Amino acid sequence: MPDAPGLELIAQGIDKGRAGTVIETSVEHDRATLVINPDGVLHALTWLRDTPEQGYRFLSSVHAADYLPATPRFAVHYELLSRERMERLHVKALLADPAAGDGSNGLSATEKLPELDSCVELFPTADFQEREAYDFFGIVFRGHPDLRRILMPEDYVGWPQRRDFPIGGEPVLFTHNEIETPRWFE
Amino acid sequence: MADELLRDEADITERGVAREAEDPAAPLVDAAEIAHQDLGGPGLEPEQEVLTINMGPHHPATHGVLRLIVTLQGERILDCKPIMGYLHTGIEKSCEDKSYWKVIPFVERMDYLSYFFQMEAFCGCVERLIELEIPDRAKYLRILHMELNRIHSHLVWLGTSALDLGAISMFWYCFRERDTILDLFEMSTGQRMHTRYFQVGGVFEDIPVGFERKLREFIDLMPGRIDQYEALLDRNEIFLHRTRNVGIVSRERLLDLGVTGPLLRAAGEPWDLRKSPGYLSYGDFDFKIPVGTIGDGYDRYRVRLQEMRESVRIIEQVLDGLPEGPFISDDRKYVLPPRDELSTSMEALIHHFKLVTEGYRVPPGELYYSIESPRGELGCFVLADGSSKPSRVHFRDPSFVNLQAFREMSVGGLIADLIQNLAMLDPIIGGVDR
Repeated sequence: MPDAPGLELIAQGIDKGRAGTVIETSVEHDRATLVINPDGVLHALTWLRDTPEQGYRFLSSVHAADYLPATPRFAVHYELLSRERMERLHVKALLADPAAGDGSNGLSATEKLPELDSCVELFPTADFQEREAYDFFGIVFRGHPDLRRILMPEDYVGWPQRRDFPIGGEPVLFTHNEIETPRWFE
Repeated sequence: MADELLRDEADITERGVAREAEDPAAPLVDAAEIAHQDLGGPGLEPEQEVLTINMGPHHPATHGVLRLIVTLQGERILDCKPIMGYLHTGIEKSCEDKSYWKVIPFVERMDYLSYFFQMEAFCGCVERLIELEIPDRAKYLRILHMELNRIHSHLVWLGTSALDLGAISMFWYCFRERDTILDLFEMSTGQRMHTRYFQVGGVFEDIPVGFERKLREFIDLMPGRIDQYEALLDRNEIFLHRTRNVGIVSRERLLDLGVTGPLLRAAGEPWDLRKSPGYLSYGDFDFKIPVGTIGDGYDRYRVRLQEMRESVRIIEQVLDGLPEGPFISDDRKYVLPPRDELSTSMEALIHHFKLVTEGYRVPPGELYYSIESPRGELGCFVLADGSSKPSRVHFRDPSFVNLQAFREMSVGGLIADLIQNLAMLDPIIGGVDR
């Protein structure tokens, strides 16, 4: 993990190439975090990967999280790793929900989804993991070569791991309740 | 460690040259293009026709419910697409509705062969979020069970993979030793699988009397057993023909694809998170990281066998150096008080009541914590919102990420090698689908 001054240097380096990319830096639980503007994801990741003295060339994990009711609502987390120095860096892109307040419940076909640039070109390992984030949170990765649902069925409607998606469940059919679910055999 | 792989020197050079001759950067055959040209055209030889077949999801050689859509030209694979999700049970979503201590039995059911690792990833992550130090004895006991679990996981892998390649007797031998390990788990934790043994703060119970003797019997026996496995497979003509020079992906490409664990080490990269600082007390032990040379199926097999030997060595050192003291932290805000205190201490009763009804609260924060599971980097991300239930639990499962390399291992090879590649990749579909 880079220490606090090191993290500031990283933030300055990223901002030099593209002003306003880094929103915030923090060091918590022995882990350095860069909070970045979603528009600058590719710039920040490219800089961290290709700057020789940084060399965060291994992407351990990409995952999304829903911070409802906070705004911006979503975040995509990139866990970078420099294998030479055994240092981890956590990059977090905050994403606002474009459908906030328009009353859509995540089920309509015309629903506006949050968008972010895909980093598959930089880190091929992000392929499945970005598909997973799309599948569960409805975050669209622009430029992803094959953005389809990965774990849920292809015809599934809704984004199941959003915080406002009900846990619920399908009623299991037994002989004692088949009358309540009429014509179940169709 | 390369010398430990007992390789024939001349053989390695010869294979190295053979590898260089193929240009690794050459683009893969575009299946769609060929399919377009060849589909149903008159006068085609049968071996030129393109055939798309569906393997699985219920194929015995897919180690679970993995579905593969394979495009073939004759016996050659032009394209291969894994389709997963048949075992998706929404564990991550369910965890959001459980208090922290109830999440533990959930997460260990993801990758059902490495349950101790899943528990360690989750408990370690929560411990770091609440900044709770665990006692030394708990660290040692955790390592003990995790290394036993690593042997167990590799044994199941070896048995089923050899079975896929036609060596049925291997399956019985491996499962014999696996059963001994499960007996040991039953003795120390009460359960053979899915033990819920690790707690936030330490482990659930100390090891019982007689466990050490049984375990020492086992680790004295195990190296000899591994020798027997090698004797069965290493000179087996069929096994060698089917694994050597099959499924090679270059080390750089594997790193790009995020592949970790034995697959990466077999390609010659000595990368193991157990050697990273601050991960339990692995620093106290002397063990080596086995690596392969070119990363074919045979290297993957050798690396895993050698890892079992190293795990046996670690267990031996754990038993020799097992420190005395508590096996769980005594922070009453997070850890249940001992049962005998409940009848004498009012405070213990209050703590017990609060911990069992609501559970402990974790201050707001988020953390990604990763450990080395038998299949690679297993990461756990926990987002805490200050309540007694996690707001998000995410597992970076190594099988899920490693599966991305499967297409590149298989394309251009024979369909029979597809089975071998999948076996040597060792995906656990429960972990892939979660």
